[in-house]
Amino acid sequence: MTDISHTRSPSMARNQSPTVKLVLRVVLYILLGLFALFYLMPLFVMITTSLKSLDEIRTGDLISLPREVTLDAWKTAWATACTGIQCEGVRPFFWNSVLIAIPAVMISTLVGALNGYVVAQWRFKGANIFFALMLFGCFIPFQVVLLPMARVLGIMGIAGTIPGLIFVHVIYGLGFTTLFFRNYYVSIPDELTKAAKVDGAGFFRIFWSIFLPLSLPIIVVTVIWQFTQIWNDFLFGVSFSQAGTQPVTVALNNIVNSTTGVKEYNVDMAAAIIAALPTLLVYVVAGKYFIRGLTAGSVKG
Amino acid sequence: MAPILEVKNLFKNYGATEVLKDINVSIEEGDFLVLVGPSGCGKSTLLNCIAGLEPISGGELFIGGQNMTNVSPKDRDIAMVFQSYALYPTMTVAKNITFGMKVRGIDQATQDAKLKQVAAQLQIEPLLHRKPGQLSGGQRQRVAMGRALVRDPKLFLFDEPLSNLDAKLRVEMRTEIKALHQNLGASMVYVTHDQIEAMTLATKIVVMKGGIIQQIGSPAEIYNRPANLFVADFMGSPAMNLIPAKTRRDNGGTVIEIARKEGDPIVLTDPKNADLPEDVILGVRPEDIADPASRTRDDAQVAECVIDIVEPAGADTYVVMQLGGKHVTARLHAETTAKAGVAQPLAFDLGKVSYFAPETGQRLN
Ligand SMILES: Nc1ncnc2c1ncn2[C@@H]1O[C@H](COP(=O)(O)OP(=O)(O)O)[C@@H](O)[C@H]1O
Ligand SMILES: [Mg+2]
Repeated sequence: MTDISHTRSPSMARNQSPTVKLVLRVVLYILLGLFALFYLMPLFVMITTSLKSLDEIRTGDLISLPREVTLDAWKTAWATACTGIQCEGVRPFFWNSVLIAIPAVMISTLVGALNGYVVAQWRFKGANIFFALMLFGCFIPFQVVLLPMARVLGIMGIAGTIPGLIFVHVIYGLGFTTLFFRNYYVSIPDELTKAAKVDGAGFFRIFWSIFLPLSLPIIVVTVIWQFTQIWNDFLFGVSFSQAGTQPVTVALNNIVNSTTGVKEYNVDMAAAIIAALPTLLVYVVAGKYFIRGLTAGSVKG
Repeated sequence: MAPILEVKNLFKNYGATEVLKDINVSIEEGDFLVLVGPSGCGKSTLLNCIAGLEPISGGELFIGGQNMTNVSPKDRDIAMVFQSYALYPTMTVAKNITFGMKVRGIDQATQDAKLKQVAAQLQIEPLLHRKPGQLSGGQRQRVAMGRALVRDPKLFLFDEPLSNLDAKLRVEMRTEIKALHQNLGASMVYVTHDQIEAMTLATKIVVMKGGIIQQIGSPAEIYNRPANLFVADFMGSPAMNLIPAKTRRDNGGTVIEIARKEGDPIVLTDPKNADLPEDVILGVRPEDIADPASRTRDDAQVAECVIDIVEPAGADTYVVMQLGGKHVTARLHAETTAKAGVAQPLAFDLGKVSYFAPETGQRLN
């Protein structure tokens, strides 16, 4: 946000009197503020609603602040809300998602890095075709792979299990992670690899000692991308899980859809925020590296 | 003793394009071989083939008498300095220099001792804890040299190591590399597109063009007896004058006629009485066309030429005229009285003259 002022053309600014400049600046900030408000509105409604009691929701205004702040809805959503016949809140499913996302992100990032390294720096015969097919994999819609994937998981004996879901996410993510790392590594001069070869280093040594240490920005990009994809995934989660291995997104859907009688909006909102929290957190913590990593060139000198 | 490096009938193709054609070259221990040629002629490719970084498409390669044709780079006992220096960006200078030893499992004490020795030799001790990104171009160049030196290999390979430096530093480093070669007595193969670098450094020069070796020889041989028009034109600065001329036999001597812009042709006689075809291209270095007064040689033949351009260059003054339809440069004294547009007597010394066949470009004498 702070960069906005620098991106305006200096020649334009030079021709303007200080008052005109000030007015423009004020207009700019008002506009930006309005946009921010617009985008933050849903989050605001979610948070306030989750802190209200059901009574207050029924009688009150959608966008008013809670008269009485209560965390009851959060407790219910976390530990006791019903997802179908089971009433343990989102907690067990939240951990399922953690157990799926963390290994899947780690494996797909590491393998993607290796793939990218091979494609970019060890141009073997057919490397281009390999990479083209990988890219093609990025654009295959989820729906297309559902049935074949179910069959493969069945044959492997991991249908409906957490390792099964990890496997699915790793496979589906590899196209993207390979693309990210390959594009990062092609900009690294191949003389670096040559120098290391003459120095006596082999395939893995060069990867480990030279390429991985250079890769922090692109690792951050890939981890954020993969984590967001996997954590937010619903279709694979609902297709390849069974009772007890469902991820939090599926549980959230069940909470919202399986309540009978009165809709507990506050619980729904709290559950939704809980489900969204990890991706938000990852972006807040590492977001600036994400932007930097997407735009940065890799090696200088 | 077996040559330290021997390349036999080496071919290299990238798909259908032939990049190197039938390369044969060998050097003895302590030689400084320079591969020189215009950009894109395959010098780096040849060096990469010697290093084992590119597989070769045909031929054989021996290092220290051993057949290394199919040996991986790490087992060829070579070290290489790259044009971009290729320093490992995330490692300190010290780690860059010791990486090769670390990979090869050499013990820490030896690593430290060698690092210290090389750092002292190249005067880079204060830089050891910096990253490559914090170094100037010249410093990076030194570190890259250090990484090669510390390995103490049979053969050093350099790929245009000075081309990214500014002119002054380049000359300094050139001298330093030459001193290094003399002190170490090491065998080196050095790639450059700069013919002055080639002349100053080499004990042996290979001139290449389009993937084909044009000539192999000592700097003096290359300079004085270029094998063809390409070598004659490429080596030396200002370039050798290549003047179309007619020859005839006259009284048992060989007479050469060069057309002037105005008036009769210049008539010279060949001091060695060479047997020549009627049409030749005469190759004369600028320093062999000089002030008559400055020449004591008997066989200098004086002729008058109208000067077109006078170019003072400090120690010398170059004058340009038109002979045989070409611009011809002569190297005169700094104090010369030559003026543009005025005829000036010039002494042609044909003692080291080269003759080339116009059709093939090959040397005739
Ligand atoms: N990997 C490659 N694939 C195809 N052609 C190449 C490759 N590397 C080099 N070449 C070609 O080989 C020729 C020689 O290149 P190079 O050895 O780098 O020249 P130099 O170092 O003399 O400037 C050039 O015409 C170049 O285009
Ligand atoms: Mg080159």
